[in-house]
Amino acid sequence: MSVINTQTPPTGPAQKVAEFHTPLILGEHGLCPGCGEPVALRILLETLQELNLVQRTIGVVGHGCYGSFVRIMDIDVLQCLHGRAPACATGIKRMRPDTAVFTLQGDGDMVNEGLQEVIHAAARGENVTCILLNNGVFGDTGGQQTATTVLGQRTKTSLEGRDAEKHGYPIRIADIVASVDGAGYVARGAVNTAREVMRTKRLIRNAFESQLAGEGLSLVEILTMCPTGWFVTAPDGPDYLESSMTAAYPLGVLHSRSAEAN
Amino acid sequence: MSATAPVAEMAPLELLEGSTAIARAAILSNCRFFAGYPMSPFTGLLENMAKLMPAAGGVCINAESEIEGVNMVIGAASTGARAATGSCGQGIALMQEAVAEAALNETPLVIFNMARNQQDYFQCTRGGGWGDYRTLTLAPKDVPEAVEHTQLLFHLADKYRAPVILYGDPLIAQTRVGVRLAAPDLEPLAPKDWALDGTMGGTGKSRQVWTWAMGKVTDPGLGPDGHWRAVADKFEMIAAAEQRWESAYADEAETLVIAFGSAAKFTEYVVDELRAEGHSVGWFRPITLWPFPGAALAQATRSSRRVLVYELNAGQMLDDVRQFVHDRDTVRFIGGVSIHESGLSYGPLLDAPVLRDRILAAMAQPTER
Repeated sequence: MSVINTQTPPTGPAQKVAEFHTPLILGEHGLCPGCGEPVALRILLETLQELNLVQRTIGVVGHGCYGSFVRIMDIDVLQCLHGRAPACATGIKRMRPDTAVFTLQGDGDMVNEGLQEVIHAAARGENVTCILLNNGVFGDTGGQQTATTVLGQRTKTSLEGRDAEKHGYPIRIADIVASVDGAGYVARGAVNTAREVMRTKRLIRNAFESQLAGEGLSLVEILTMCPTGWFVTAPDGPDYLESSMTAAYPLGVLHSRSAEAN
Repeated sequence: MSATAPVAEMAPLELLEGSTAIARAAILSNCRFFAGYPMSPFTGLLENMAKLMPAAGGVCINAESEIEGVNMVIGAASTGARAATGSCGQGIALMQEAVAEAALNETPLVIFNMARNQQDYFQCTRGGGWGDYRTLTLAPKDVPEAVEHTQLLFHLADKYRAPVILYGDPLIAQTRVGVRLAAPDLEPLAPKDWALDGTMGGTGKSRQVWTWAMGKVTDPGLGPDGHWRAVADKFEMIAAAEQRWESAYADEAETLVIAFGSAAKFTEYVVDELRAEGHSVGWFRPITLWPFPGAALAQATRSSRRVLVYELNAGQMLDDVRQFVHDRDTVRFIGGVSIHESGLSYGPLLDAPVLRDRILAAMAQPTER
């Protein structure tokens, strides 16, 4: 794995590796090459289609790179303040209980700015699905440390790598939410390989099914690549995610009310 | 000119605490979502909402903080429901980011600032959020008017798709008076075809509630530049259309006393007393703090020799009076900071004999004109 030399321009143009056609995606995303967030968006929207929820869904989108998805996703959307999506989703779901409501938030949004929103929404057992796109860095502002930056990871605000003594420990929000009584389903996936993409899509489906069954708050944390914020090349992003993040954030189902009842 | 939300005269007269009357007025106005965090003297309104909302088919949530409360309300309002929150002073300060957001993404909501005193005037009329926005603020003088204003505010919030504020106080929240409550009879409003209901996904016409208004790649919106200009134009239009005030004896009085909210009620009483004794005095009350009734104040003060500003703070409305009064040199401040030792209500300055003495002392001073 190489580290990008930011002193010189890229050696070649960005390349598209595949073409996907989801009718709910209206156009090209404008995010960086190698970003994992558009993959997460695609499987989220595909899941809404497969569950036949397209015309009964309201999304609540926070602030981060993925905020630009509001321009390309054909779903009713409230674009909310940084960190506040679970609170807004609460108001929406309570007034429109027949809709499927989801939040789309990054780690800076959910775990830094809005930590208490997601925990309290889970404690109230709000029937909404929170999608956390966790890349361990503030991508939109250019690669600063977030609450989920793993130990040792270099960011623009932890230049020598995150050091627990200097910068504190990363927060495993999904584990915290899984321990809250009002949570219905909590899982962690990733989008660094085709296999994990397919697995994560099943986790998203489970989460929406949990919401529709009225089990309480569902949360799917998705580890996503941010080669720009990690200062690695785009092709190195998936391996970097594997080597740095999955050890700190083990993948799998952390809590399932329906599974535990059976 | 006064607030005009009619209360049906046939409704029975009931003895109610202000917080109860306001909660019931809100529900009669079809408010179906409320979220709040306790803070005196707002707490009573939250308790009443928690008690009354479920029976009305609505929802009242114990928010984990004022920030979450107001954001829940933005979510509820974005679906087209009538929604409200409240607090006072510091709690309203916590909401400022969301108030600005609601103004810029055009979600209608009502904020009950059941304030501890009159030190929130700047907070209500200037706000602490970001962007070119204003908050229409009504300041009732007593509980019956707070009921009228509550119903009017839900109407105006929807009419203008904007957050609006009721500026109450401990006297309005906690006084028990006779009021009549009935469903408001206000002009019909356009359907909320902008509201999110989830039905438009996949049609290419899905809806967005978005401060930046950038629209979709297939159907671009106004974008921040165009949208924020349109929002600013809307507030300019509201400023022209919604000024409300009340005054008495302005044309014939040498001395005019300006006050708002409960202080105006005391002022009315003291002025009547002084006039009965032969003094040339009148009063003027802004009912909307924003938009401030500047043209009406200029007109009312044309022949005043003294303009006395009585408010329970260090002089906040004073700025607006000085901006619009006919002659700035006639303005004298007779209010001041006055807090009860509990910190939760007015101090001794809000009292008729004290106000009477201050008016008489000011009238004994020579005038500039």
